[in-house]
Amino acid sequence: MLHIINKSPYDRPALDSVLKTGEGTILLIEDGVYAAAKGGAVEPKLKAAMGNFKIYALTPDIEARGIADRVMDGVLQVDYAGFVDLVAENKTNQSWL
Amino acid sequence: MKFAILVSEGPYTHQATDTAYQFAKAVLAKGHEIFRVFFYHDGVYNATRLTTPPQDDRNIVKRWTELAKANNLDMVVCVAAAQRRGIVDDGEMQRNGKDATNLAEPFRISGLGQLIEAGIQADRLVVFGD
Repeated sequence: MLHIINKSPYDRPALDSVLKTGEGTILLIEDGVYAAAKGGAVEPKLKAAMGNFKIYALTPDIEARGIADRVMDGVLQVDYAGFVDLVAENKTNQSWL
Repeated sequence: MKFAILVSEGPYTHQATDTAYQFAKAVLAKGHEIFRVFFYHDGVYNATRLTTPPQDDRNIVKRWTELAKANNLDMVVCVAAAQRRGIVDDGEMQRNGKDATNLAEPFRISGLGQLIEAGIQADRLVVFGD
């Protein structure tokens, strides 16, 4: 299952909800990419989840928010083509709106 | 692979429609098919041809119509959401006694069944909203 998160973890509880599902693939887009910023309050939580979740973030949204130089290690970056690939590779996807 | 896209947010409010548009372009660039783009809730505002953004801003409606025409995309606006928000085509104008239309081409107004059908026919349905 691909979980698409488009809201900051400091705004909405989507990331927590997704992590509770246990395992899968997460794609951070729009303000969701703030979860991938190094030194943020959710960093330990996201780090701990990396064993069970593959975590991706959308590069154009990272760059638009000026955090390209401090993306957490272990977060994989994709462009829109990579976004399409993730949707294709995962049989199901859920946008956490 | 067949994709369907659901847009449930209006233009110029959140990033959702911008992301949906970039995603749709990438789907086509990868050689996949888009079965339908369905506009629901405030997403129906993506379909008004009367939009006039500043010249130095992106024209979200025009961008959708150009992509749709170039790729022969089926762009469907939910009728109930459109009626509530004043998105009108010829049929709705006559049915509801209105004096104008504002639906951009090639959008068409239809029912929620079109979304369900898209969910069944497409291999993947991706939702973009707030």
